[in-house]
Amino acid sequence: MSAEKIIILGVNHKTAPVEIRERLAFPNDPGTPYREIAVIPGCEEFCFLSTCNRVEVIFVSATPEETERKIRAFLFNKSMSYEDAGKYVYLHQGEEAIQHLFRVGASLDSMIVGEPQILGQLKQAYRDATEQNCTGMILNRLLHKAFSVAKRIRTETEIGSSAVSISYAAVELAKKIFGNLKNKRAMLVGAGEMAELAAQHLMNQGIAEVVVANRTFERAVNLARCFNGKAVSLDELIPQLELVDILISSTGSPEIILKSSDVKPIMRQRRNKPLFLIDIAVPRDLDPKLNDLDNVYLYGIDDLNSVVDINKAERDKEAVRAERIVTEETLKFMLWLGSMEVTPTIVAIREKADSIRKAELEKTLSGMTHLSDKEKQAIEKMSAAMMNKILHHPIVYLKKEDSQKDKKVKLALIRKFFNLDPENSG
Amino acid sequence: MGYLLFQVTLFAYVLSTAGYMVYFWTQRNEIRTTARGILIGSGLLHTVYIIVRYIEAGHTPLTNHHEAVSFFAWSMTWGYLSFHWRYNVRNFGTFVSPLITCLMIVATFSSREIIPLPPALKSAWLPVHASIAIMANGFLALAFCGGIMYLLQERELKKKRFGLFYSRLPSLDSLDNLNNHCLAVGFPLLTLGIITGSIWAKQAWGAYWQWDPKETWSLITWLLYAGLLHQRFTVGWRGRRAAIMTIIGFSAAMFTLWGVTYLLEGLHSYVG
Repeated sequence: MSAEKIIILGVNHKTAPVEIRERLAFPNDPGTPYREIAVIPGCEEFCFLSTCNRVEVIFVSATPEETERKIRAFLFNKSMSYEDAGKYVYLHQGEEAIQHLFRVGASLDSMIVGEPQILGQLKQAYRDATEQNCTGMILNRLLHKAFSVAKRIRTETEIGSSAVSISYAAVELAKKIFGNLKNKRAMLVGAGEMAELAAQHLMNQGIAEVVVANRTFERAVNLARCFNGKAVSLDELIPQLELVDILISSTGSPEIILKSSDVKPIMRQRRNKPLFLIDIAVPRDLDPKLNDLDNVYLYGIDDLNSVVDINKAERDKEAVRAERIVTEETLKFMLWLGSMEVTPTIVAIREKADSIRKAELEKTLSGMTHLSDKEKQAIEKMSAAMMNKILHHPIVYLKKEDSQKDKKVKLALIRKFFNLDPENSG
Repeated sequence: MGYLLFQVTLFAYVLSTAGYMVYFWTQRNEIRTTARGILIGSGLLHTVYIIVRYIEAGHTPLTNHHEAVSFFAWSMTWGYLSFHWRYNVRNFGTFVSPLITCLMIVATFSSREIIPLPPALKSAWLPVHASIAIMANGFLALAFCGGIMYLLQERELKKKRFGLFYSRLPSLDSLDNLNNHCLAVGFPLLTLGIITGSIWAKQAWGAYWQWDPKETWSLITWLLYAGLLHQRFTVGWRGRRAAIMTIIGFSAAMFTLWGVTYLLEGLHSYVG
């Protein structure tokens, strides 16, 4: 089967501002994409992934251009033209799409490279898609592969340790500032994978409350629910500072959202209680001058990195190793895809049967030394004939002309039947 | 007898300080336990030394420089141990014990000669005023150590360069609390020291306050700490500012103790 049928259409934090990404996330009714995309003609299989930083549709279609056009129209809900939407989306096809998915799953494409949440989100997206019967043979295998690639990268490289330790470092720093976190309050400004991770770590330390502020209130409410916290609007940011002790900011705002002069009067109202600010947004949200204020501790993402003492060169080295694993696994998947045609399948069945035949033959004949060469040849001939006769009908069945869809089902069945793609094989 | 006891005490303090230093580098708990044990032992020996000295002198041994500084060290030791019992502040001992040892060394080099008490000092107020004033210094010294620790830790947190202290020193919050607790004991003692001194002065010299340099400087010290506490309670001064004020206040206290005696002349000049 041709790899060119696999396509990924998506937006992420690099290609689209948060306003655009939000529009594609369908927060009101998460079921919409499954209903709408499923009826798009030509879309054989698909999976819909939506996180804070990305929205992606992974689909399989025999008519990629047309299907893509319709999916894009659905995603943008006719709010902008195909060409305008093109400024924000990326489109990967074939090998590129496979590689992209593996990179997403392994968190190589994340805002914070190596953060572990994305894998869980991808798994959830796949689970939802299977529940809606939206995936088939190709995506089932592709996504499972993406999970195992992510796992392999996590175990073989140190790529994950930096993100985990960054949020761990944030907690360690908070402890060095506040001592006990029990009665402290944290505030998330904007949503992001890393911010949520850090908030989760703080929650585990028994922090009293998590407040979520977001430009769209709805999203703040949704996120606050995850932490049993409360949602506030972004306009309340400064008054809220009087009450919170830790602030994690990760908005997509191009400008600084909190200036030193905003916080200075607040510190008086806080009676100078320490304020720990963590800015993980790019470009940054918080005025660097904030760190000069008494009892205010401002940490950016690089500062947190220096806490965990993972230098950039080392991280880059790990990323290179991870990319190599992705390339390797992509190639393997391409090989598998190639085998998903009739001819390679027939070859594979024959090879498998023949190797069984040969092995059994050798086992039997080695115990029968009294046989003459002629007799041995006769037995061998007989076994070959048996094999050919047994395989005859399955092969005829495979070769029969069918529609694309039937052919795929047939191939999947036969390959499963003969166990040509054992799950644990590379 | 007294001298030998003093030397043994000094040696024990040095040993304890060394123990705390080793603990600071290695962070091995058994070393800390040993160092603390030695410090308790030193404190006990020191107490015995003061009692022996009392018997030898026939009056409260707080009249000359040696006695005053030695009692200062003694107050710090027991003040520290009493805090230790209530609050666990990691590596506080590493900062406190060297200061105690330094005081003991200063005491070693000052004359241990017992001078007959001048008539002006013969009063029941002597032990009360002198011991309270010096104990106040002990707690202010502990606050000073806490303040230094706070500044070191704060500096690493602000500069984001994590060196020797980040992992070893406790949180800013507990250092700030420590500072607060030390002052909560030290400041009332300082106040009492000044009041008792004033009453004694009325008795000895006929006036409550004569603006002699020692009195003036203890008032300056008192005002510095009072200002700090006032700011803490009203606008919540804490952290770096409080730590710096504690250090300034302690410098003033030390000037009152030594600077006045050696640099300025006054009624107190014959006292430690």
